[in-house]
Formats: sequence, structure tokens, C-alpha cells
Amino acid sequence: MLGRGEIAIVGAAETTQLGAIPGMSQIMLHADAALNAMADCGLKPKDIDGVACVGPMMPQQIAHYLGITPKWVDGTGVGGCSFMLHVRHAAAAIHAGYANTILITHGESGKSRINATPRPAEPESLNGQFEMPFGPFGPPTLFPIPVLRYMKTHGVTHEDLATVAVVQREWAAKNPRAMFRDPITVDDVLSSRMIAYPFRILQCCLVTDGGGALILTRSDRAKDFPTKPVYILGTGESVETTMVSQMEDFNYSRAFRVAGPTAIEAAGIDRKDVDHMMIYDAFAHLPLYGLEDLGFCKPGEAAGFIREGNTRPGGKLPLNTTGGGLSYTHTGMYGMFALQESVRQMRGTAPAQVPGAKVSVCHGVGGMFSASGTIVFSNERP
Amino acid sequence: MIAPGRAKPKPTPETKHFWDGAKQGKLLLQRCGDTGKAYFPPRPFSPYTGTRNVSVFEASGKATLYSYVIHHRPVPGFTPPYAIAVVELEEGPRLMTNIVDCPQTPEALVLDMPLEVTFEAMDEEISLPFFRPAKGGK
Repeated sequence: MLGRGEIAIVGAAETTQLGAIPGMSQIMLHADAALNAMADCGLKPKDIDGVACVGPMMPQQIAHYLGITPKWVDGTGVGGCSFMLHVRHAAAAIHAGYANTILITHGESGKSRINATPRPAEPESLNGQFEMPFGPFGPPTLFPIPVLRYMKTHGVTHEDLATVAVVQREWAAKNPRAMFRDPITVDDVLSSRMIAYPFRILQCCLVTDGGGALILTRSDRAKDFPTKPVYILGTGESVETTMVSQMEDFNYSRAFRVAGPTAIEAAGIDRKDVDHMMIYDAFAHLPLYGLEDLGFCKPGEAAGFIREGNTRPGGKLPLNTTGGGLSYTHTGMYGMFALQESVRQMRGTAPAQVPGAKVSVCHGVGGMFSASGTIVFSNERP
Repeated sequence: MIAPGRAKPKPTPETKHFWDGAKQGKLLLQRCGDTGKAYFPPRPFSPYTGTRNVSVFEASGKATLYSYVIHHRPVPGFTPPYAIAVVELEEGPRLMTNIVDCPQTPEALVLDMPLEVTFEAMDEEISLPFFRPAKGGK
């Protein structure tokens, strides 16, 4: 069994630029982030012996492009939380002795679409037969489908769902690399352009170019690196269904309810010990589902928790401290950027640093509600 | 006939009976031989127990509105704003559909409103199951 804090993140970086990066193709976004992460911890490609990235045939492309000869690879691709799963799988692989120093990369030309991953129609798939004929067109039409049911069940209002975006913009204002930093009000959100009722443009994530990379190794090697180690205390993962219509219940995510508590229990922490949290926010309802399904709020209470200011700067549970997918950046697979912010917070180097933060929970979602991964980090080894 | 441009489903060996049924105006579900519970989407075994002892049956066509979004951007084959809905069938399973014979507004689309199935043809091969407000209202 993997020990708490046995594995650490010693290298972490995003791409040199975020936002619109028309001068780089997708594979170079991977490489730019990887080179920055290697520079962060003083490693060269020859020092890396494991590679994880998203997608079929991608580990070999990334390894070869960077000049790495891996003895362990992982191409798990379950959407935007794939990187949480990569961290989990990499920690287990290092524990097992399959590799010593693993590089996880993300690069996505989500906005400029240079060598971007195509999304072909699949009319024979179950989604293609039983969802696509009814007019879904990308995540804004699919991800929010459960939210009206959730609102009715719990009496959550449009103002509550606008408040999520308003609070996150407060965090974005503190992050120089955030794409949107100007303050917004509930009225601004509720008068912004309608995309897919009940969600308006300010409740939907950005579409950007960018990437990020992480380097993991055994914690007993961490002293050999110049960076402050960020220990992995616990991890969790699960999947449910790629068909949003077939989720077990629209009031929660079954995948969240497996991945989150699995990670928290493995970490051996109390929820009240958590100083900082990232919940992948492709759309404004996700922080509510995350807070509830991970047990930080009772069902139906997350909207009030946010409305009361608990997650904003100075609150007791700082959440999405970059501004999140709604305001910071969202390449298409945002999970890597949530992980990067947890690492910065644990290193004490975040632009909107939470003073004295020791434990960070980083929770990801992928492929609408189809997958989930959760990592609990600390800057103290148990 | 449905306006052209929509994504057209391509039946597989495991789903062909569903689309053949739809062409005849029948909403076909399957039932687990172990639990008696209905399930969807089609597959030749039960997602509840794994048994291959399953049967096909015609659903009542009655449903309630479980959740939806109203899309406001253009998509081939659709005139925005249009609702993408998930309905809960009387037999239990849920499915994605469109709500027809009803304004595509939050005021008209009320969660839990009673609905009934109706079929419209895309072409000679495929008819899609849509739902409309149940006759006689609530």
C-alpha cells in the first residue's frame, strides 16, 4: 500500500504563456510546459523514466519529442481530470518500482486549434445514437443538463449560481495570469449572454491555449531538488457514464462520491484540516456538486456556503484561488491547472497565497460528469 | 419529417431492435430477467446483474420532465432556442430527447410535467422518440 506522503511533486510549471498562443502547436505546448517543469527542479530529459499524458498514441509522441526513454507510460484519457488519475497512477508506479521520476504533461491548443485533437462524430456509439440526435453541441449543452433538477431539489437560485462566478472573479483579480480579472456582480452574470439556459456566458469556462507539467518522485529523494516538495497524501478516481442522460442521479455525481472520499480517507485527514481547495469548474454548478459530494457541505448546502463567503478571499475554505476555469484559463482539459495551483499553494508561491496553508484538496471532473479524480496534497510529510 | 442536419444515429447489432421499434412508433425497453427492472440504453444483458436473460418490451410512452437546458446558439438541424431534455419514463429509465408541441421556454417547460412519447421520421431508416405535454395536462 502506498504510504501517505511517500511520493512528492518536485517539479511543476505551466506553459510560458497562457491564453492565446498562436505560435505553438499542441505538442509544443506539452513540451514547453515539460521543459519549464524540468527547469523548475533542475532535471534533463535523460533523468525522466516515466511519462503520462492524455490520449491514444500520445505517450510515445511526447516521450520521443522530448528525448525521453521511458520504462513506464500512462495514456489514460478520461477528459479534464485525466491528470489527477495520472498523478495517482504515477504514485503507485513509483511505489511499485516501475519508474523513479515521472513526467506528466498537458498541452492543448483549445483556442488556436493548431494540431488540436479532433472530435469526430461517432454515430454508432451510444452517445451518437441516444444523445447527439437531440441537439447537444459541445460541453455547454451537456454539462449543465443536470442543474435545473439540482436547483429544484435544493431550492438553489439563479443568483446562487451567479455568485459562484462572482466569487471566483475575486480570486482571479489577484492572479496576473488570469484571463479575466475585472470584478463582476451577480447582475453582470445574470445579464450576460445566454448560452444554454440556465447558464450564461459568465457561468461557462473559457476556451484557451496552454499546458502544464508535473514531475513526481519518491519523497526520500525530494531533498535532492531545489524546490519545496509537495507530498501526495491521498488519491482517488472513478468513472460513471459518458452519457449525461444516464447518470445515476442529477443531484450528485457518483464519480465524485467515489473519487473524493477515497482520496480524503487515504490521506487520513479531517475535512476541517483542509486549508485550500480546487474543484474543477468547467461550469458554475461544479463547485456546488464538488463541495457536497466530497463531504464539505451537506446536500443542498453548498450554495449557502459560497453565498456566506466561506470560499472567497479571507474565507475559511479558499476555493479555486486562480479564478478557475471560469476566469483563469481553460484549455479544454483544465485539471492540470487545478493541480498546478494546489502545488503553488503548498509551496507558498501562489499569487493569491492562502497564508499558512498546509493541506490542499484538488478535485477534477472529466468528460462532462463521466470521470473524476481527486488528490490531497500537503507541504508537511506525515 | 425532421429538418435535415441533425446527427443521425447508426444502429448497431445490439440496438437495432430499438430503432426498428421506433420506426413502427414503439418505444422499446429491455427488462432484466433477474430483477425485473427496466433498463436503457439497449444491450443484450442486464446492467444490474450481468445476466443475459433479458427481454424486450414496449414502454407505456408516459414520462415526466427530469431536467433540460435551452440552447441559444445555432446547431445544424435546429432552430434556437431549443430544449435538450432528459425525461424519466414511467418504467424508470431516463433518456435524452426533445420536447415538441411546447414553447421552448422555462415557463412552459416545468420540471416533473407529464409527457408522452411521439415519433418523427428523419428518413426511411430512422425515427426519433420525442416527447410532448401529455394530453389532458397535469
